Amino acid sequence: MNKVINNKSSETISFWYDPDKRSIFYQIGAACLFAFVAWYLISNTMANLERQSIATGFGFLNKEAAFEIGESLIEYSAADRYARALSVGFLNTLLVSFIGILLTVVLGTFIGVARLSKNWLINKCAAGYIELFQDIPVLLQLFFWYAFFYEMLPSPREALSPFTGLFLCNRGLIFGIPQAHPVYKYMLIAILIAVIVTFLLKKWAKKRQDLTGKAFPVFYTSIALILGLPFASWLIGGAPTEMSIPVLKGFNFKGGLTISPEFAALLLGLVLYTAAFVAEVVRAGIQAVSKGQTEAAMAIGLKPGQLLNLIILPQALRVIIPPLTSQMLNLTKNSSLAVAIGYPDFVSVAGTAINQTGQAIEGVMLIMIVYLIFSLSTSAFMNWYNKKMAIVER
Amino acid sequence: MKLLKVLAVCLTVLAMSTFAMAGTLEDVRAKGYIQAGVNGSLFGFGKADEKGVWKGLDVDSARALSVAVFGSPDKLKFTPLTAKTRFTALQSGEIDVLFRNCTQTLSRDTALGLDFCQVNYYDGQGFLIPRKLGVKSAKELDGATVCVLPGTTTEMNVADYFRANGMKMNPVVIEDTSELAKAFFAGRCDCLTSDASQLAGTRAVAPNPADYMILPEIISKEPLAPAVRHGDNQWKDIVNYSVLAMINAEELGITSKNVDEMLKSSDPKIKRFLGVTKGNGKAIGLDENFAYNIIKMVGNYGEIFERNVGVNTQLGIERGLNALWTDGGLMYSPPFK
Repeated sequence: MNKVINNKSSETISFWYDPDKRSIFYQIGAACLFAFVAWYLISNTMANLERQSIATGFGFLNKEAAFEIGESLIEYSAADRYARALSVGFLNTLLVSFIGILLTVVLGTFIGVARLSKNWLINKCAAGYIELFQDIPVLLQLFFWYAFFYEMLPSPREALSPFTGLFLCNRGLIFGIPQAHPVYKYMLIAILIAVIVTFLLKKWAKKRQDLTGKAFPVFYTSIALILGLPFASWLIGGAPTEMSIPVLKGFNFKGGLTISPEFAALLLGLVLYTAAFVAEVVRAGIQAVSKGQTEAAMAIGLKPGQLLNLIILPQALRVIIPPLTSQMLNLTKNSSLAVAIGYPDFVSVAGTAINQTGQAIEGVMLIMIVYLIFSLSTSAFMNWYNKKMAIVER
Repeated sequence: MKLLKVLAVCLTVLAMSTFAMAGTLEDVRAKGYIQAGVNGSLFGFGKADEKGVWKGLDVDSARALSVAVFGSPDKLKFTPLTAKTRFTALQSGEIDVLFRNCTQTLSRDTALGLDFCQVNYYDGQGFLIPRKLGVKSAKELDGATVCVLPGTTTEMNVADYFRANGMKMNPVVIEDTSELAKAFFAGRCDCLTSDASQLAGTRAVAPNPADYMILPEIISKEPLAPAVRHGDNQWKDIVNYSVLAMINAEELGITSKNVDEMLKSSDPKIKRFLGVTKGNGKAIGLDENFAYNIIKMVGNYGEIFERNVGVNTQLGIERGLNALWTDGGLMYSPPFK
């Protein structure tokens, strides 16, 4: 033994005492164990399903769904297949999560900044908001908002109509939208072009400022571009003004666009709840930037806007982004509570599919895959943004 | 170490679930009680009252089974199940039998690996509407917003009905029965659709029941039957004949009140049924007097119907399809011989 320790060359160390070899051995062992457990679970499940003569597989996706879905971003009817029905649910989850995340970030930032305000009233209001919405379970908040909408608002026949073309009742908020016309497609393209031009302009302006020191009013130019280009294309396209105005026909309104109470309640509940957490994240991020930075910036004569944009935010964002990502993921996952208040999200539609076909394992697997896709793509985007925002050491 | 422990537990559970499938009757006798899946929140079918006593038509059917196996109506443990979880609970062996107003359908009987037993309630899907809407027939519901309870055949039935009649509908699907009822009473939907028995139960708890009516159209067949796992024929026979015994008793005029006198009857049908003439018990693998015990301790079908859902209860449901075949209904038992 002594000999081995004294003689430090690797060839004389026995297999068991070489940490490198040992770790490889352990890893192979762990992998084998994992593979064995996975094989056991899967083969056992398959055997049990077979013995109880339960049908398996994803063949059901091609069968006729035969149930209706309340709201859908794409054309859907009961005659479509399960795959289509599930896509409707997928898009509904995507819609509520996407809009929810945008609103949450805006509202959360606003409240987080208000929480740091020197104005006593604003400060305390923000603190009260955070405590209230953080401490009540989100499911209760959803029930509250949903009940609020259907209890407080009148029936369609007595709908509130503050001005022509807009109705508010317990079937939702129904409003007129422009009648379909080819020019709207071109307006969309115009907006896209404007965004790209703005992006290039910003790059060019920064380069010019670095070289010559002259600033370019990027903000106002880009606003003019983004509003102006689509407007111009609308004018060129013949300026159509025809509207699709909702009218009460039979039980419900026909025409226009409807925002259902289910969607509104889910969105409101999720945004108000998650914004309370985001506000705390934003406050912590801003407070993490030391006071000296602010004082130094003021000393060299930066305006308050520049102070926030050039000094505070770039440093605060590094602290804010990682916990913000997890709040975004929370919002997406919490959107599955939709099933409690009747919004047809993915879980709700998949639940119906599971029940009608009995394919529980496949259905639950689909639900897991969908949420995994949402979560992984959100965090991939946020990680990229985080890297971009990280301070580059010079 | 922790990982190893978790693994060990997983493997043990798996191994146990593999062995637990021997024969449900032996399993049930060994553990001394029957684990029955019930609704849990449906008044008249399966719901615990304010004292915690389980009541309802399905619960009484389960009690009949308990009497048949153990000679006592209380050897039962109830598992309240939602429409979504009920079949998984049965498939996985978590419960021994499902008495939860389940509609028997071809795909459930086959692809789900279940076996349905004797129907204990013939139901059908209908529509509940507020009277002030002025609708007299389901055919006038084009464009209506419909509150639907998910996880049942209801969603498909109502979609089929609207499609067949060339009408449009806008469903609002809420998981929880009482939340759905609240939304409907507040006017979120024009009508509520479900099995007619459930609609009667929902109307009974409305703020003002007289403001609501059930439309005459019944748009589906819903034979509600207890279910067991596929492949255990003896257990299926026992569940089947526990329910049939109550129907047969009503047909023979035997009630929980007169069952003792009936023991002295000279009618060979009654003698065989009550086990005075032996043979039935041995054939099915139970006590010779299992039918006598069921009627004595639980009652005949007419009694449990009137007690739980009949005209004198809050639900106020007529016998209708659930009357004996001799009275123009569908309840019919094969002879006990």
